[in-house]
Amino acid sequence: MQEIPCTARLISKYLSALTIPTGCKGLFSITLKGQWSFVVPTSSAIFNLLIALFVLIGGLWIGQNVNLLPLDASVNATVYDQLFKVLFSIGTVLFLGIVVLVVLSLIKFRRKPGQTGDGLPIEGNLTLEIFWTAVPAIVILFVGLYSYDIYDRMGGMATLPNNGHEHLSMSKEERIWGGIGSSEVSSAANKGLTAIPINVTAMQFAFLFHYPEGEIISGELHVPVGQPVNMRMESKDVIHAFWVPEFRLKQDVIPGQPTILSFTPTKTGRFPIICAELCGPYHGGMRSTVVVEEPENYQSWFQKNAKTPISET
Amino acid sequence: MTIANQPSDFERGDRLQPTGWMRYLSFSLDHKVIGIQYLICGFIFYLIGGTLASAIRIELTSPISDFMARDVYNQVLTLHGTIMIFLWIVPVVNGAFGNYLIPFYVGARDMAFPRLNAVAFWLIPPAGLMLISSYFITGAAESGWTAYPPLSINTPAAGQIIWILSVLLLGGSSIFGGINFIATILKLRRPGLKLMQLPMYCWAMLGTSILVVLSTPVLAGTLILLSFDIVAHTGFFNPVLGGNVVVYQHLFWFYSHPAVYIMVLPAFGLVSEILPVHSRKPLFGYTTMVYSIMAIVILGFVVWAHHMFTSGTPPWMRLFFTIATSFIAVPTGIKFFNWVATLWGGRISLNAAVLFSCGFIVNFVLGGITGVALAQVPFDVHVHDTYFVVAHFHYIVYGGSVFVIFSSIYHWYPKFTGRMLNEQLGRIHFFLTFIGFNLCFAPQHWLGLNGMPRRVAEYDPQFALINQISSVGALLMALSTIPFIWNTIQSAFNGQIAGDNPWEALTPEWLTSSPPPVENWRGQAPLVTAPYGYGARKKEEEDAESTDTNNQGN
Ligand code: HEM
Ligand SMILES: [Cu+2]
Ligand SMILES: [Cu+2]
Repeated sequence: MQEIPCTARLISKYLSALTIPTGCKGLFSITLKGQWSFVVPTSSAIFNLLIALFVLIGGLWIGQNVNLLPLDASVNATVYDQLFKVLFSIGTVLFLGIVVLVVLSLIKFRRKPGQTGDGLPIEGNLTLEIFWTAVPAIVILFVGLYSYDIYDRMGGMATLPNNGHEHLSMSKEERIWGGIGSSEVSSAANKGLTAIPINVTAMQFAFLFHYPEGEIISGELHVPVGQPVNMRMESKDVIHAFWVPEFRLKQDVIPGQPTILSFTPTKTGRFPIICAELCGPYHGGMRSTVVVEEPENYQSWFQKNAKTPISET
Repeated sequence: MTIANQPSDFERGDRLQPTGWMRYLSFSLDHKVIGIQYLICGFIFYLIGGTLASAIRIELTSPISDFMARDVYNQVLTLHGTIMIFLWIVPVVNGAFGNYLIPFYVGARDMAFPRLNAVAFWLIPPAGLMLISSYFITGAAESGWTAYPPLSINTPAAGQIIWILSVLLLGGSSIFGGINFIATILKLRRPGLKLMQLPMYCWAMLGTSILVVLSTPVLAGTLILLSFDIVAHTGFFNPVLGGNVVVYQHLFWFYSHPAVYIMVLPAFGLVSEILPVHSRKPLFGYTTMVYSIMAIVILGFVVWAHHMFTSGTPPWMRLFFTIATSFIAVPTGIKFFNWVATLWGGRISLNAAVLFSCGFIVNFVLGGITGVALAQVPFDVHVHDTYFVVAHFHYIVYGGSVFVIFSSIYHWYPKFTGRMLNEQLGRIHFFLTFIGFNLCFAPQHWLGLNGMPRRVAEYDPQFALINQISSVGALLMALSTIPFIWNTIQSAFNGQIAGDNPWEALTPEWLTSSPPPVENWRGQAPLVTAPYGYGARKKEEEDAESTDTNNQGN
């Protein structure tokens, strides 16, 4: 028994291509008198179109409106959240699409009592297969290009900023690889803001923050809002990782190989610093706080703790 | 090759092999016995690993470390990961079903190297026992299944060394198995059977075995160097002695990313066997399926550094691995669309095997989507090493591979034992597992995004509620094994007699008795060139059906 594919238009062709050859009654089916009962391609295509629209709009709606992220408190976090929304929307649409397809096929094509026949002997369909190779490939390409753009905006591709660290006796051979956030430093430098250099030491099971300018050593990280911070991090023992969820930033802190991390906080508040790399029994307790303050408050904290008082510009 | 014509030596075979249930505790050379040995042994380790998982989830019901000592918690999570990967999923999706099915599929009477096969299996129980006993002797390894130095060098040495030795043994077993599968698939094919006529599981096992044989030695070498660092105080990975810890991560993931495909490609193959039978339709797009397996194998070798985006890797490297990783989703996606197309228009029996396979599709798609997101460096720097990653890979390895293992047990149990499993209990098992699994792992995406790192015994109290929900899910998963175990044990004695081919399947393992005789077939092996040739049984029923719908319509 052969069905007649009717729609020639591209979209409905692909949508109905899935239904027409089944030889089964669709959810909308019309029985013609004395003839084979068959799916009327148009109504089935409409049904499919409705479902596809539902998946598309529902997925996009969820992707745009459901917030799964904590507060965004750095320049980088805002950019991150844009990327997240896009990925979340695409992902939800794809996921809902597959779930709907699986559930629909289980409902429509389940064996009803008394049925003994086989399904149709369809071994493949080159057009369809090219279609669903090309679509994911295009989606992936788009995701890749877009996330490259985001990555670039976050400063991932920037060449290493050395500003703020010249005085740290950094030997030429030492390999420090730039992380996300590095470009904020240079763009801030253009605006006349200097990055605050901070040296971070991680050890089992604490972070220490060293401000070379005031020779402050602190267990809490204090930074002023709106000013870039440039951290050079090294571990004394095992690998740790510096993570501030509200900044959407993470960088491993490695023994024997310094890493850098830069960020610009945009909101005042106290945010957790979390060690994200298994580092021993008290790994879960290895936490600290970053205190983002108004510049005045930061200055007074700084002056109070500085061993060598310096005059700030 | 002349070994392709293995003579039927039925009498001799029967005499050489131990019989009765004792053969499962023997050095049997029968691939079917070895397959079952792998399956049962793996399942026992699954129960142990599951008990450890329950301990983890109990600890995490409260935000403070109160259920077990902190170092014990790290030992438990290390053992949990190692057991689930190396003693349950890898041996079962490869060893158990591979050994049982591959000789049937290629039309052989046994694997190419039966003795090597038995050796490969019998390396597993001692390695597993050794690993677990290390907990009782000196304390097990406590640096996670990834064993990153310098932590693995600084933690108590005995447990770490035992961990290394067991993983080396298990890796050895895996390599022996891989060589055997490659040889069997390429060299033992029944005359007249072409490669492109093989059931899809053969292709999956061929691809997987290539991954195993090429990547496992790298893991072995790495772990041996690590053990030198621990016992002989060499400095390969020890920064105090000038070693480089990031090099270890490269070497480790060069194996361990392929390892995740070693866990899932065979599962892809098994699903490709199960769905056509129960939907009475040919596997959709056989050729593209084969090519996408091979594409996954090749791409699988060049994506490892996506586990190291925060390790201080240079920008160009991050970019390369982002692109390569993203593109692995294309061949993976093809397979999923092809499975859905296989279902579409079929006559699907909604039994436990199909339910678990469809559960696999749904779960894995979610895991794949979060995978593509994780592959994007800017996305990953936030969620790397958090519960988001935990959710991602459990959707893949549990929602994917373990669901397929259950599906396969429902599908092949009649062949293994000659009796059917109870369908009702099977469905209860499925729904408990599916709900429990999603309840346990879906909330973990949120946990990771909002600030809960992985591998911690204590956490920010704001996460307590979600963790408790997750633990309830884990409880359901634990409960779900009860109907399953009861079903498999009691059906072995009282189940309905299955007959040779209860599903009316076309693949060769069903064309012999259930359970099959020692050398698989009495007489010649059948030549099956169209393993998915469903769809013939149509016409007569179609007539009857259309008349009665016409009547209804009027
Ligand atoms: C669509 C394809 C997939 C992509 C794009 C993908 C991507 C990723 C990425 C980028 C990570 C690193 C996340 C991080 O640590 O920050 C990861 C972790 C992981 N993936 Fe996937 N993945 C995919 C499929 C799979 C499959 C098929 C498996 C296993 C069967 C798997 C198992 C894992 C595991 C076990 C981890 C965590 C390892 C660990 O750190 O302990 N993934 N995946
Ligand atoms: Cu730490
Ligand atoms: Cu990977």
